[in-house]
Amino acid sequence: MSNKLINWFRFASPQAFYPLAGRMIPWFWALAAVFGIAGLYVGFLVAPTDAQQGEGYRIIFLHVPASWMSMFIYLVMAFWAGLGLAFNFRLSGMMATALAPTGALFTFLSLWTGALWGKPMWGTWWVWDARLTSELILLFLYVGFIALQSAIDDPRRADKAGAILALVGVVNIPIIYFSVKWWNTLHQGSSVSLTKSPSMAMTMLLGMLLCALACWMYAIAVALMRVRTIMLERERHTEWVREELGMKAKEQ
Amino acid sequence: MLKLVRAIISRDLRLAMRRRADIVSALFFFIIVVSLFPLGVGPEPELLRKLAPGVLWVAALLATMLSLPRLFADDHRDGTLEQLALAPQPLGLIVLGKVLAHWLVSGLPLALLAPVLGLQFDLSTDALWVLTCSLLIGTPALSGIGAIGAALTLGVRGGGVLLSLLVLPLYIPVLIFGAGAVDATVTGLGAQAHLSLLGALTLAGVFFAPWPTAAALRIALE
Repeated sequence: MSNKLINWFRFASPQAFYPLAGRMIPWFWALAAVFGIAGLYVGFLVAPTDAQQGEGYRIIFLHVPASWMSMFIYLVMAFWAGLGLAFNFRLSGMMATALAPTGALFTFLSLWTGALWGKPMWGTWWVWDARLTSELILLFLYVGFIALQSAIDDPRRADKAGAILALVGVVNIPIIYFSVKWWNTLHQGSSVSLTKSPSMAMTMLLGMLLCALACWMYAIAVALMRVRTIMLERERHTEWVREELGMKAKEQ
Repeated sequence: MLKLVRAIISRDLRLAMRRRADIVSALFFFIIVVSLFPLGVGPEPELLRKLAPGVLWVAALLATMLSLPRLFADDHRDGTLEQLALAPQPLGLIVLGKVLAHWLVSGLPLALLAPVLGLQFDLSTDALWVLTCSLLIGTPALSGIGAIGAALTLGVRGGGVLLSLLVLPLYIPVLIFGAGAVDATVTGLGAQAHLSLLGALTLAGVFFAPWPTAAALRIALE
């Protein structure tokens, strides 16, 4: 037990985590590719055409995973940020910083694919539906986090300030979601609703899950790549980074 | 503890009174923004009555934003903030005092001014009452949540714009229930539910916000 604990804390140091992340990245890329190809194959070639929505529904194979990831990544980001704030791990702050752009990207993708889906299905690019609105606000929260971190020059202060913002955001997300929902039901009498058709074909669900796994693996791979870059940048004065970079220069 | 909060409030109020121009300019900003809307969308009373709750509340949010950077910036510049942070009393309480003082000089005048502007939008007497009440109940939450943003952006490049980026998304629930209360009165539904929720937001906001604010201040002072 104690042995395990020591092992875990060892990887909290950037020096130990850097090579580990480097070894994991190709695996996550490979998994992302496998799941992605399988998901797209199921989504485009196996899954039947929807009775009501025709071929247009197939965008959900990107839309739904992107929405899931956008919310999940914010939680993970806040988790790392909180861990960093509580235990003062350098790596946690770096992870939170590395996750934010990917989360923002998924939020944007989710909004965009939603608009592309909405045009043929609802006849409009955008409705002030509760889910769409809260996804938009989530994008604002991501942008605020990234903007705050990039405005502060000292990385330690940037990490801590970002951590407080992420935690405040996490507490606020349910409040924002429910207020938007109530606002929406008050304002919109006879508008479209996002409630899904009663049952989803098994193959559709399978395709969606495979795509979600692909997005997940992609997010991990990209976050690890970004965190490696951040590590090198922040620890550039240390011995191990010089060694690492020196070795690479010789290899090339 | 109450004595400390009272002392901070009276100190901040005295400082604000020495520089009345700051308060007045934020109020005039509120008036001007609200007056721009009829010029932009046209003077039809029907339309204005429909727009009034949202316009007044959004303008109140923006006017509050405008006065937020000064919440800690002056004290930070002359070193008072460091002394306050070193004080044996909890920093959270000091922050609470500053938040309340900020509300007294920004939120309270806005709420008292709003009915006059509401008249320009042809609101009924009931709606004017609810508008004032909703602003009175809701604006302390704006000061509380805003204090977190003000502390996080203290001494940061481009603080003002950044502050609005951080704080405005968090203001959305207050805006929804505040404007919703007036809207419900205009359309004949009761405003009770909205005002209760607004009160809950304010209590939670003013109660919890001093903690993250104090933490953010300590980070900024490091």
